[in-house]
This record gives sequence, C-alpha cells and structure tokens, in this order.
Amino acid sequence: MAELLGFPPQVLFGQLLIGLINGSFYALLSLGLAIIFGLLNIINFAHGAQYMLGAFVAWLGLKFLGVNYWVSLILAPLVVAAIGIALEKTLLRRLYKEDHLYGLLLTFGLALMIEGSFVHFFGVSGQPYSVPQALTGGNNLGFMFLPTYRAWIIVASLVICFGTWYMIERTKLGAYLRAGTENPQLLQAFGINVPLLITLTYGYGVALAAFAGVLAAPIYSVSPVMGSNLLIVVFAVVVIGGMGSIMGAIVTGLLMGLIEGLTKVFYPEASTTVIFLVMIVVLLVRPAGLFGKEA
Amino acid sequence: MTTQTLDSSAMDKSVSKNRMLYAVLLFLGLVAPLAIYPVFLMKVLCFALFACAFNLMLGYGGLLSFGHAAFLATGGYITGHVVMQWGVTPEIGILIGTLCSAAMGFVFGKLAIRRQGIYFAMITLALSQLVFFLYVQAPFTGGENGLQGIPRGELFGVISLADNMPMYYFVFAIFVLGFALIHRTIHSPFGQILKAIRENEPRAVSLGYDVDKYKLVAFVISAGLAGLAGSTKSLVFQLSSLTDAHWHMSGEVILMTLLGGVGTIFGPVVGAATVVTLQNYLSQGPLASWVPVILGLIFVICVLIFRSGIVGEIQKFAKKNFS
Repeated sequence: MAELLGFPPQVLFGQLLIGLINGSFYALLSLGLAIIFGLLNIINFAHGAQYMLGAFVAWLGLKFLGVNYWVSLILAPLVVAAIGIALEKTLLRRLYKEDHLYGLLLTFGLALMIEGSFVHFFGVSGQPYSVPQALTGGNNLGFMFLPTYRAWIIVASLVICFGTWYMIERTKLGAYLRAGTENPQLLQAFGINVPLLITLTYGYGVALAAFAGVLAAPIYSVSPVMGSNLLIVVFAVVVIGGMGSIMGAIVTGLLMGLIEGLTKVFYPEASTTVIFLVMIVVLLVRPAGLFGKEA
Repeated sequence: MTTQTLDSSAMDKSVSKNRMLYAVLLFLGLVAPLAIYPVFLMKVLCFALFACAFNLMLGYGGLLSFGHAAFLATGGYITGHVVMQWGVTPEIGILIGTLCSAAMGFVFGKLAIRRQGIYFAMITLALSQLVFFLYVQAPFTGGENGLQGIPRGELFGVISLADNMPMYYFVFAIFVLGFALIHRTIHSPFGQILKAIRENEPRAVSLGYDVDKYKLVAFVISAGLAGLAGSTKSLVFQLSSLTDAHWHMSGEVILMTLLGGVGTIFGPVVGAATVVTLQNYLSQGPLASWVPVILGLIFVICVLIFRSGIVGEIQKFAKKNFS
C-alpha cells in the first residue's frame, strides 16, 4: 500500500488507534475530575489511585474469587465508589468550609497512602490480566489491524462518556447537579438534599476512574503506580479543556490522545511531553482553557 | 492565618525578643556539628531552605505550587554540570544553578499566574512533569544514573570543602543568607502587599497593585532559593538525580511546610527537620517500605486536624497563655 505522509499507513493508523485509546482514558478521567470539581470545588488528587484500585479490584477478584471481567466491569467501580463515598463522608466533608486547596492536599495524602500500601504488598512491577475470551482476536480493516479489545475500550468509554453527558445535561437529576454547581445554598433551600447529592457525585466520579482502571487492566499491566503518572497528564488535559464543560472534558481528552498518538509517529522524542506543551500554548493564547467559562 | 496589629511598644518588645531568639539559633547552628553528624545537618539545612522558599509562596502569597521539585533539580543538575564540565569553583557553580532556577521560575510563573487557586497548582505540577521528562531525555543529566561524583571543590579556589566540617559551615552560611533574604522579603512592603493579595486578591487589585507582577516576583525569588537549596545539596551529596525532579519531591516540600506551619517563618525549618529525621530513622528500620504511607498519613492528619502545623500551634499556645 502507498505511503501516507511518508509513513506506512499501518504505523500511522496504529499510533492513532493507541492515541484514541489513551484519549478514551483521558476523557473518562478528566470527566470524573470535572464532575467532582463542579460540585465539590476540589481537585481529586486520589483519582489516579482510584483508577489503580479499579484495576486491582478486577485483578484480585479474578485471581482469588474467580470473578470474571464482565462482572468486574460493574463490580469494581461499585466497590471503589463505596470506598470513595466512605472517604467523602468521613474525611473530605470536614474540609468544605476551608480553603479548597486543603481538599487537594488531603486527597494527595490519601493517594500516597493507597499507592504506598499497594507498592508494599504487590511491588512496582505490573501484574498481567488477560483479555476476556469474547474480546480476543481482531479484524483486518484493510488499512490496519484492529484488535477487538482495543475497539471495545473506545466504544465502552465513549458510551459511558456520552451517557454521562446525557445524564447531566438532559435529565432531572443532572439538572439538580448543574443547579448545585451553580448555587448549592439555593438548591438546598428548594428542598434538595445537597449533602447527599455531593456524596453521590463524588462516588460517581470515583466510579468512572475505577471503570477506566478495569478497562485498562488487560492492555496495561496492573501496577500500583499506573495511576499517578497518568493523573498528571490528565491534570494538563483538564487545564487545556477547562473544567466548566462536560462535553469539553470529553472532547479535549480524546483530542489530546490523538495528538499524542500523532506525535509518536512524527517526533517520538516529544510524545511524553507534547500534552504539556499544548497546555503551555493554550495558557498563552486562551488562559481560561478551550472550553473554559471564567474570564 | 490571621493578620496581627501590634502597637509600637509591643512591636519593639517582640523585635528584641526575636533578636535574642535569632542569636541563640545562630549559636546553636554554629555548634551543632560538634554534636550531630554534619552530613545529616547539611541535609536538614538544604531541605529547610527548600521548604522556606516554598513557604514564601504558599504561606505569604497563598500560591500553592505543586512543581517546586523542578527548581530543586534544576539547581542541582546545572551546578553539578558546570562544576564537573567547566571546572568552576563551588560558589560560582551554585550561583549559576540558582540563576537558572530563578529563570525557570520566571517562565513557570509567567504561565501559572494566568490562572488561580487549584488551576495554579495543576499547571505548576504539569510544568514540573514536563521538566522531569526533559531531564530523563537530556544528555547532560545522565538519565537514570544522574550526575555522580560531583566534586565539592575549593571555595573561592582556596578552602577545600572535601571535609564535612568546612562544607557544613559553607552550607550553614548559605542557609543563613537564604533565610535572611526570605525574612527581609516577608517584612518588607513587598511582603505586606503579597499578604494582602493572599487575603483578598480583588481588593489588592482595586487598590491599584499590579497583582500579577507581585506574584511573579515572589515566584522568581522562591524558585531561585529552591534552586539554591538544590545546588547546595548536589555539592553536599556529590550527586544530582531524577529523585529531585520527581513530583514526590514537590509533595514532600509541601508536607514539610504544612507540618511545620504554613505562613510561619520557622515552620518550614521545623517541618523539614522533622520529615528528614523521620525518613532517616524509618528507612533503616522494618518500616522502610511504609515510608510513603506514613508521609501520606501525616499529610492527612495535618490537613484534617493540625492545619497550623507545629510552629503555628506553639504560637497559638504561647499567645493564649503568655500574653
């Protein structure tokens, strides 16, 4: 087949696919961060650790209890969300009246604790998690080979992302959430249980992270440090997109994944740094972020 | 964080009391290496300076930087590089390292002060991660191995720093200079305006202050001093490595400041001494692999119930009982 932009198309599309997969994870994680930030006004630094927990719950479940991938995909987010809700109810809740930076510091401390404990018990090297039977193999699309599991990741995360968008922008519950983001006191005055809404929102954001973790388990190895480096990239994505918009978080996440994939083809040395460089450009040109609302 | 108003006689009294305190501490610093292992003391001093530099931004400017590791590492790498490759004397090496960190602080600051609060923290973290990846790839940093065997050299080309005692007094002198600069900054009109920005930024703007300029200057001073700490540290241990550039280091300096007392002049020193002692002590015991968990736990406790930190709590206690 003819070369495309001086590269064999397999290479180009292969990297774009990897980019799109990374972008799906960025989208899921930045979406969770944005939802939590919207209502709680804190940046959840434990998000990476919760993503890692999702993957570990799946791995431990399979290893010790024989829980298969499909059950884990539902169960792991619920388990991790339950842990998250417990943390919110016992610890985070005490900080809502303080400076928002304390929430960041608290979740940072929690992330260190969670990650540190897992490193102690499992070491830093990754554990393998096999692709579920139904999703093995792949299709030759003519211009590239598409492994089924990778296609599944993209479809599943897009469904969850856009489902979340629909829920927040188009349903009654989402309307409450948006109202709470706008003015929690007023919403409470209308008889809505805002503290409960906050707890559930945090739980949902955490569940998204854990869901991403289970999706990631078969393609990346399950390791205690899998979340922290990813999270910093996601922070850059969040700065680029701005946290004001749900759709903005999703689109920016996917876009940054693609840009990263393209960089791997054209200038591999910069592939780890390109998202940070995009962040710098966005800060210079449009400080509020691509989808940001603040002036 | 409260603002205090003192009448002039109380001010005089507290100033003379402070003078006594500083004299005692200076004396203790001078005799300390006779009783305690100097390398340990030098480590504490380097981290104390690092934490003091960080505190200038968080404690007095209300700016949470999550990227100070980049400045520590830059100071260390540049100093190590110029001392090894150009053969300059240690004080010149440290000066160049410090200036490079300050320059990097200018760039970080220019970008990060475009956003406030939580975004500020995320931007500084992302930028320092960018620097981390650059140092992983850049040829002059030695990659995973870092720069090893950096010579301590001869101060002004005369005094050999190879022995720990002269090195200690050199480090101590640097620390005192850095600390004095921070003290001067905090107690200058500039420092007062910085505090005003921390307390109420829109009001500072409406009073006609160019808020961004003040933040930027604070950022550059803080980054330069963090670089100074890194430069000095690289000579003490004759090593610069990626550990200094990792975001864990940015977290550690926050912890030191938080534990000691944000916005107190001695807090970061006490916090740094506590954390370094704890790490040294734990890393030899059976709890070695639990160190990150313990640091995380201290973080959580500090944030939840100990927000004033050690020095802040002591100040509160003293105020309640002795005045």
